[in-house]
Amino acid sequence: MSTISKRLRSLTAMGAIGTTVALVLAGCGARAGDEAAAGGTSAAPSCVDTSGSAVKLGFLNSLTGGMAISEKTVSNVLHMAADEINAGGGILGKKIEYVQEDGATDWPTFAEKTEKLLTQDCVAAIFGGWTSSSRKAVKPVVEKHNGLFFYPVQYEGLESSPNIYYTGATTNQQIIPAMDFLKAQGVKRLFLAGSDYVFPRTANAIIKLYAAKLGIEIVGEEYVPLDKDDWTSQVAKIVAAKPDFIFNTINGSSNVGFVKAYYDAGLKAETTPIISVSIAEEEAPAMGHEVTGQYASWNYFQSLKTPTNPKFIESWKAYPNSSGVTSDPMEAAYISLYLYKALVEAAGSFDVDAVNAAAKKNAITFDAPEGKVTLDGENHHISKPGHIGKINSSNQFDIVWASDKFIEPDPYLEGYDWFPADIRKQLVDAAG
Amino acid sequence: MTKPRTTGPKPWISLSGIGVFAVLLLAVAPLVLTDHWLNNLGKYCCWAIAAVGIGLAWGRGGMLVMGQGVFFALGAYSMAMHLTLETAGDRIPGFMVLYDPLAPLPMFWEPFRSAGFTLLAIVLLPVVMAGILGYALFKRRVKGAYFAILTQALAVALATLISSTIRETGGDTGLSDFKYFFGFVLNDPANKVMVFLIAAGLLIVCLLAVWQLYRSRFGELLVATRDAEERVRFLGYDPANVKLVAFVVSALMASIAGAMFVPIVGIITPAEIGAAASILMIAGVAFGGRASLFGPALGAMAVGWGQSSLGSTWPEGWTYILGLLFIVVILFLPNGLSSLPSRFPGRTRPKPDVPPTPAIAAAELEEVRA
Repeated sequence: MSTISKRLRSLTAMGAIGTTVALVLAGCGARAGDEAAAGGTSAAPSCVDTSGSAVKLGFLNSLTGGMAISEKTVSNVLHMAADEINAGGGILGKKIEYVQEDGATDWPTFAEKTEKLLTQDCVAAIFGGWTSSSRKAVKPVVEKHNGLFFYPVQYEGLESSPNIYYTGATTNQQIIPAMDFLKAQGVKRLFLAGSDYVFPRTANAIIKLYAAKLGIEIVGEEYVPLDKDDWTSQVAKIVAAKPDFIFNTINGSSNVGFVKAYYDAGLKAETTPIISVSIAEEEAPAMGHEVTGQYASWNYFQSLKTPTNPKFIESWKAYPNSSGVTSDPMEAAYISLYLYKALVEAAGSFDVDAVNAAAKKNAITFDAPEGKVTLDGENHHISKPGHIGKINSSNQFDIVWASDKFIEPDPYLEGYDWFPADIRKQLVDAAG
Repeated sequence: MTKPRTTGPKPWISLSGIGVFAVLLLAVAPLVLTDHWLNNLGKYCCWAIAAVGIGLAWGRGGMLVMGQGVFFALGAYSMAMHLTLETAGDRIPGFMVLYDPLAPLPMFWEPFRSAGFTLLAIVLLPVVMAGILGYALFKRRVKGAYFAILTQALAVALATLISSTIRETGGDTGLSDFKYFFGFVLNDPANKVMVFLIAAGLLIVCLLAVWQLYRSRFGELLVATRDAEERVRFLGYDPANVKLVAFVVSALMASIAGAMFVPIVGIITPAEIGAAASILMIAGVAFGGRASLFGPALGAMAVGWGQSSLGSTWPEGWTYILGLLFIVVILFLPNGLSSLPSRFPGRTRPKPDVPPTPAIAAAELEEVRA
């Protein structure tokens, strides 16, 4: 026994020493003070190969888990756009070959799959995502490998990255128009209800700042985790606070629980209407309750009368596995692939730096179903029309308000004096 | 010392097994794997470290620890807070500015600026917490399903707490975007290899540690406590102390696993520590063979690999495959895949008709006596 335990001890010690030595030898990478490395230039060079007759692109959405119900639509419409572009001759004459990955509603999985798409599959660009959490997981990875990510969903703004293009609305294209609409409706008392994660928290911080300027009183603010459906006690607080309107930033299936609690408590669209920023044509019929008369703020609605919208709706209805209705996030995803095509053709190359340079040099446009959108090459967002829709009995939206022109993207709200400059500076510094 | 009538593998077999494993992980893997798969392997190593601890507590000690996510979180969030502060410098981390631009850094973040405090917290927090929890539970003789449910409930509670304190902990979105690791630039591929080697090295150290524990008098007592707690008590030992040590060691391993998970994966969220994640850790251990030396680690790595590769090729089907495998293993191979060799006829360990758990226990007692 004693000889064995002695041998054991020496072996364990040897193992530990061996490990330490291996670590010290390996620790020859860049240190924090190393200026050359701090710029991120030490990352391996891109392995993207576009010399053949095809270009590889990555599609990344949650096909499983809680967000699958929303994200599968985005994934499907990306397939449709790829098929359309391939039928029209591809990008720079190269057919799109896509690699589909599942983010599984798990943010670390989004990070892992992004790394796989960029370094194993060597895709030229990645399209997809839905929740802001998934985008925040993808961001450091695309920045590290100098890849490209096209994000198609409206979000909370206050972000920009040389490696991300945002084709959904930023706050000044969705939240601020919604607030302007509420002001015009004579709303005095507003209640904020949201899911407990980055988008609703940030959106509401901005709403509170703007409400103070507009003279709208915020009479309450409640959050419920994304995966929880019980809104009973929060809705009781809404009833007690007697707001004129409810601003809803709840995402996903939690909306069903909210809508149920809302009608159970006796609230009605006629007296205490809801304005939502994540209930679209696809979600409205899935609420488990008639939601006629409630409002939503989006840039695209299926009911929009634009020259390109009828063809888009028709193609989507004919597409396999289609839900039959079109909505804002899927339209933004559709835009993202065409925008990439336009960018690459302007650059004459799939190279990330060349694409970014082309975005700065040219005014890239696309005749989207929501209208002719223009890319801002500096902040990587696109111009969009603002629309407020009111849900009718067939779960489509009647347009009740439209911005008089396309709204230029302003993710850091630089054109809005009520947004404190010192906070903006802190955010920009933290991002840099 | 007489030649023992051993039914288990001889000590040099286990040791050389660890040796081969060490060579494969520390020398071969960095040479043959791409950066992406090396990073993935590093992640599986983290799960394997936690699994080795579960093997000790559950496989040998009979305590079904269904909430290892709690201790995984202590290590992971300690590390993540330090790396977040290291990246932010003297500024307040970006996500906090986003939610409440004017509030200062929460008090409990301050000490994590210090690298020394962080390393100490990764070791001491789980030890203290598991110590208090284990003492309270084992002295009151809480065991079996009650113990399992209690630990599971803790994991759920902690995940919910983190989700609902978005400004303090990053909430559901988690903590991510780490630029530095104790002064090293994380984006540098050479440093990624270093981080992998630390994780793999820690896994080897953990394997050596439990190998030694299993062969010690303590290991003998632990198995005895698992199989006949009352008898151990009659013999004059306090089973609560034996279980407490195993529980604390397993908590420490889970915390180390969590701490290494953060620089390797680059993000930590409550989903990685909650009920589902804790159960997935158990699944790997059961799959590989909870009472064996290598079973838990290899099982955890296999489940991790399945998630990465099958989850890519067949996202909708992979969880069904995992579930099916789990059922098959529980029904037909209660001691996991590592008990497969002993089931082949003609080997030196013929005992397919003996009830599995006592058989293993007996075999291990024999081995320990060597």
